[in-house]
Amino acid sequence: MNPMLRLILAQGMLGLNNGVFYAMLSLGLAVIFGLLDVVNFAHGALYMSGAFLAIILYSYIGTWLGLSWLHIGFWAALVLVPLIVACFGMLFERFLLRWLYGLDPIYSLLLTFGAALVLQGIFINGFGASGTPYPGTPDQLQGIVNLGFMMFPKFRLFTIIFSILVCIGVWFLIERTRIGAVLRAGTENPDLVRAFGINVSRLITLTFGFGTGLAGLAGVLAAPIYSVTPLMGDDLIIIIFAIVVIGGMGSIMGAVVTSLGLGLLEGVVKVFYAPAANTVVFIAMVLVLLVRPSGLFGRQR
Amino acid sequence: MSISDNPDAIDAQPLAARARSRNVQALFWGLLIAFVAVAPFMLYPIFVMQMLCFALFACALNLLTGFTGLLSFGHAAFFGVSAYITGYLLTSFGMPPLLGILAGVLCSTLLGAVVGALAIRRQGIYFAMITLALAQIVYFFAVQLPFTGGENGLQGIPRGHLLGVIDLNHSLSMYYFVAVVFLAGFWAIFRIIHSPFGQVLQAIRENEPRALSLGYNVDRFKLLAFILSAGIAGLAGSMKSIVFQFASLTDVQWMMSGEVILMTLIGGLGTIFGPVVGAFIVVALQQELAGIGSWVQVVIGAIFIVCVLLFRRGIVGELARLLKVTSV
Repeated sequence: MNPMLRLILAQGMLGLNNGVFYAMLSLGLAVIFGLLDVVNFAHGALYMSGAFLAIILYSYIGTWLGLSWLHIGFWAALVLVPLIVACFGMLFERFLLRWLYGLDPIYSLLLTFGAALVLQGIFINGFGASGTPYPGTPDQLQGIVNLGFMMFPKFRLFTIIFSILVCIGVWFLIERTRIGAVLRAGTENPDLVRAFGINVSRLITLTFGFGTGLAGLAGVLAAPIYSVTPLMGDDLIIIIFAIVVIGGMGSIMGAVVTSLGLGLLEGVVKVFYAPAANTVVFIAMVLVLLVRPSGLFGRQR
Repeated sequence: MSISDNPDAIDAQPLAARARSRNVQALFWGLLIAFVAVAPFMLYPIFVMQMLCFALFACALNLLTGFTGLLSFGHAAFFGVSAYITGYLLTSFGMPPLLGILAGVLCSTLLGAVVGALAIRRQGIYFAMITLALAQIVYFFAVQLPFTGGENGLQGIPRGHLLGVIDLNHSLSMYYFVAVVFLAGFWAIFRIIHSPFGQVLQAIRENEPRALSLGYNVDRFKLLAFILSAGIAGLAGSMKSIVFQFASLTDVQWMMSGEVILMTLIGGLGTIFGPVVGAFIVVALQQELAGIGSWVQVVIGAIFIVCVLLFRRGIVGELARLLKVTSV
């Protein structure tokens, strides 16, 4: 195989790997924005919390409970952490965010920004600003696979497939099921949906929990790949914002497709001019704003 | 000192309220000038200079966010770029401070024109996200360009001599230079807010479609407000780099954009004197809390949450409500 092509494919795979994380996060952001009109600035911090919770479950919880043999592993974390993060999200929505509905959405952005600072500060104090490795990668997912053009870590391949399945699942849930239909109706006209006897407030709480749970899930998946630091959500949330500006928060498919595309683009750019890889998403955002200000899939809001 | 308002803008207000507004404004001006004049004899001059630089920065943001209704989450870009440019010119070319400041402000104004032109293409919450993302590009440039000194930033920026005569290494001369620049910048913002142009900005904040239907070119007004705000934020950044003699990545980071929003919010979004009060409080708080290390971030985040939930008018905004005045 042509070495250049091979390099592009290899970087493309790594880019796709980043892309699925963008997809999971922008998906959660879009689900929350769709129903609540809230841009959750804490999304990156929740993703980071998810990664740290995975580490805590594996390495610390046993000691804290006085059961030093106890290590809650990756598979259990994959279920538990999203639930914990979702519960946190629901409490946050129920007791803080709820007070700001009906006000300028700027205020809820600032509230979640404050929450992000608090979360980040707490983890900096607990774990320091440098990286903590995740020791609990399951044996089945260790090692590498030969993709023909590169040797790819098994775990990364797993995250790509798993995340894409999650994205399809969420899309199906919201666009094709009854729950999703109620949810979308609640977005369009909450009062009317209330009149049908549906508890929209509870629906909103659950949706916020669902969106934040997705961030937690992404965090668990990221823990074995990236170095887990309190600042890992920081850079990511800004990239996610740019992606959301590009794709528009109106459609779930739009958010996922844009995320995967930009992840790939980042990877490919790395082959040709590495220093631009950090900024290519933002440059893409500038181009989209110039050519199609309402975003690729968005309606103007 | 002229405190007169633009008469046709507030015709709708009862005369008594207008007079009260004017009196309270005069009182605040008096307090501010008195504070600026005597502060260096009661507090550390460098500490007060820091307050004044950030107060100007917060007022610049307030012009855009409080009076035009556009929340910029990327104002650190203008503050930082200007700090870097001024610092670089003073250090590497031995430029006199005034020229260095001028060049810094020019750069941040130009950057403001570019960022503003892009950001006003979307509204509301998207505007905030776009400014944040564009500021991140500036941050990456600050990390990678050779002249910025990367992680170390620019250090040991010489203060030089003002107009070739006044030695700015002298703490008090430096202080009064900063004080004059601050008061001039603040007065400029005060005049902008009370000019017909400023009234149109407030009309856009209150009801953009209506302003549009009245025939105002809303985008042009927004862009101009953005450019002015960026330029003044740049002025604050330049002054900061001369006062502290360094420019670093913290100046361009998104955290700085967040802090300046907090200052404006605590003092009162859309009040004239609020951002000054807010900046004083946040700077003093950071000074007081320096001992607790990284918990500062938790405290700042918590203040954000409390302000947004319970205290959206800010200190000066609440005061104005108690005194029943419309504009302080």
